[in-house]
Amino acid sequence: MEIGYHAIVKWIEKASRKIQEERDYLSQLDQAIGDGDHGVNLARGFTEVDQKLKARTQPDIGALFQEIAMTLLAKVGGASGPLYSTAFLKMASRLKGKETVSLDDLAQALLEAVQGLKMRGKAEQGQKTLLDVWEPLALNLANRREDWSWEQFCHLAREQMEKTKALEAKKGRAAYLGPRSVGHLDPGAVSSYFLFEALAQIMMEEEEGR
Amino acid sequence: MKGVGIVLVSHSQEVAAGLKAFLRQVQPSVAVADAGGTETGELGTSTFRIKEAIESVYSEKGVLVLFDLGSARMSAEMALELMGEAAKKVKLADAPLVEGAYAAAVEAGCGSDLEKVRKTAEKTKQWRKLDG
Repeated sequence: MEIGYHAIVKWIEKASRKIQEERDYLSQLDQAIGDGDHGVNLARGFTEVDQKLKARTQPDIGALFQEIAMTLLAKVGGASGPLYSTAFLKMASRLKGKETVSLDDLAQALLEAVQGLKMRGKAEQGQKTLLDVWEPLALNLANRREDWSWEQFCHLAREQMEKTKALEAKKGRAAYLGPRSVGHLDPGAVSSYFLFEALAQIMMEEEEGR
Repeated sequence: MKGVGIVLVSHSQEVAAGLKAFLRQVQPSVAVADAGGTETGELGTSTFRIKEAIESVYSEKGVLVLFDLGSARMSAEMALELMGEAAKKVKLADAPLVEGAYAAAVEAGCGSDLEKVRKTAEKTKQWRKLDG
């Protein structure tokens, strides 16, 4: 299966819409264990991404991700700006000059994004961060078998996001809370879930359309 | 002769600006730039503001960047990555912001090189404030 530039644009538009709709929910989650601005910050960043998407003409997925990375870096304060920006920058360098990408290309790009997130956040999986969603999903796509589907990918995204509730935070402001962070979802894992949920939904639509 | 430049990164615009004013009084000959808050002046850090601050005090002698909490390190690292080759002469200090900046300014004012200024700043982690 090849994924074209326009499907990628639809993915980002859908993710952006979802993050803006869920702005208050994301901030509420962040008020519990962080500094309370995750939803507002990300929504501001993606509003700007929407503007940039409208102005784009050249169908280069790498260049698109590069632009998303720089926009989020400029507009999203807090830790999520540099983190999301790093993830998109890593994907951008992998997908440079491509108008369509295969599932393998996408999987490789996601794996590199995961390496970038680990480097930037000095984090590992299991520390109640967005990596708890990104890493298992990148691996799931990279190691997919014949019975793999976007529906199952989407379920896995939700499952991984929900698992952060039971974890104790080891990174960021939430780490100061120690065991008191248990019982709350990680806001970055939730926004990452929205991103991957949107990807799966768009890809299911694309598959149906064929 | 121009010495090592210093950049102050804080989540608060006022903290960074206030610290800069303080250093100017201590060591007026040292080039200091502040990068506090986000691009819109809210609490947070901005990679692009940090990059601009580094460039404003940049010279062959190099620049030492001091920062406060949380995302400040990530934003500063990204600023260095965006600078490319020039970033080789820029170092981040693993030091408390106020004490580290104070020590770095004194050291830079003596004409020391970047490595010496960084080490002096980082030594302030060991400073004892009580029972000294």
